[in-house]
Amino acid sequence: MFDLQGFGDQLLLGVWMTLRVAAGGLVMGLLLGLVGAGLKLSKSRIAYGIGATYTTVIRGIPELLVVLIIYFGSAGLLTKMAGWFGHDGYVELSPLLAGIIALGIAFGAYATEVFRGAIQAIPEGQTEAAAACGMSQWQTFFRIVLPQAWRVAIPGLGNLFQVLLKDTALISVVGLDELMRKSQIAISNTKEPFTFYFVAALIYLSITVIVMIGQRYAENWASRGVARRTE
Amino acid sequence: MSWNWEVIFSSLPKLLEGTLLTLELVVISLLVGAVLSIPLALMRTSANPLIRGIPLGYTFFFRGTPLLVQLFLFYYGLAQFDAVRESIFWPYLREAYWCALIVFTLNTTAYTTEILRGAIQAVPNGEIEAAQSIGMSRALMFRRITLPLAYRIALPAYSNEIILMLKGSALASTITLLDLTGMARTIIARTYMPIEIFFAAGCIYLLLTFIFVQLYRLFERRMLRHQAARTSDASATS
Repeated sequence: MFDLQGFGDQLLLGVWMTLRVAAGGLVMGLLLGLVGAGLKLSKSRIAYGIGATYTTVIRGIPELLVVLIIYFGSAGLLTKMAGWFGHDGYVELSPLLAGIIALGIAFGAYATEVFRGAIQAIPEGQTEAAAACGMSQWQTFFRIVLPQAWRVAIPGLGNLFQVLLKDTALISVVGLDELMRKSQIAISNTKEPFTFYFVAALIYLSITVIVMIGQRYAENWASRGVARRTE
Repeated sequence: MSWNWEVIFSSLPKLLEGTLLTLELVVISLLVGAVLSIPLALMRTSANPLIRGIPLGYTFFFRGTPLLVQLFLFYYGLAQFDAVRESIFWPYLREAYWCALIVFTLNTTAYTTEILRGAIQAVPNGEIEAAQSIGMSRALMFRRITLPLAYRIALPAYSNEIILMLKGSALASTITLLDLTGMARTIIARTYMPIEIFFAAGCIYLLLTFIFVQLYRLFERRMLRHQAARTSDASATS
């Protein structure tokens, strides 16, 4: 249907990189989201303040700006820090690492709210029962609250993951060889921008569809312990 | 590396200039999108699968692909076709400004269409039946009953779309436009003070989000004032 003029394998390599950034961002974002939810649900006002500042700031500035700040901002900071240890060259994060961190931070801010809502949706009786059994706070969280919170959180997290997938295209701006940048490279050789950007768009669409299907499986998995009402 | 306040203050006029372009792009595309989404959302709720399918394909494409790809597809991609370059639209499609405006509009229209579709489908059946029972025509019913109710249902979700559009507009900088992000990047290329300038740009974005949210809250309160009255009545009597 499309003549890719031998750049097909390059695009596939780009897809692989896109998936790696997305997976890295997802893992980091989930961790940040859990920590953020913990902070925002904390009784300590300082902890709450840190969590609230994180979500407000990150949700209020563009993802592209987050990517640029992490990539260019960290270079200045890292070069300075390397200077303290006697290294006087220029130090910067790799685009992959910068991308994972930036997308993880953005995902984490939204995931914080999803996790917070999900954790609050668990009846208090559950934690009280766990405490009555003599479970520690950590045990209660990981054995009682979290397994049940997943069921509530997965639809929201799935939507966030779709946003994250689309945001991976932003990392091409700092030079990561993901799908978007591979397309640009192909275009500079073939001079066929529409063909390649359209193919890239179709690839993003297929990834989105696959994620949507995966999301449905994940929802079924997370609610396996809940009886489905027959209608 | 010490913190340089001076460079922030000296570049503030330029950053505000960029902010104006950002606001211009966001406000125009949101307004046009709000209008265009009405017929599309109506088509999405049609009983005819063909009429339903056309806007579905459109929203699926624009919601399923990155905004950056859409922007590049329009700005760089269209030039591939001679027919486009020879058409009367080329003087506009050649300009980054018009491309950004068109793509942002198409993008926000797609999201708004889906929000509005959900809201139209959530309008209680009883309202529709009541309108039918007093003999309203379909057009009149849509104008007086369905749409006003759907708008109120859609209000909270639409505020998210406004913020997303504001944040998405930063991508205009990738096709050479000097919006807030674009201006920040230009200043950084000259001064090489990325942290200070990005900090300033981030603060302006935060401020814009804050103002949008506050204004929207006032607007929402006004649009939903009948509900506010009802809940305060209920709490007074109970």
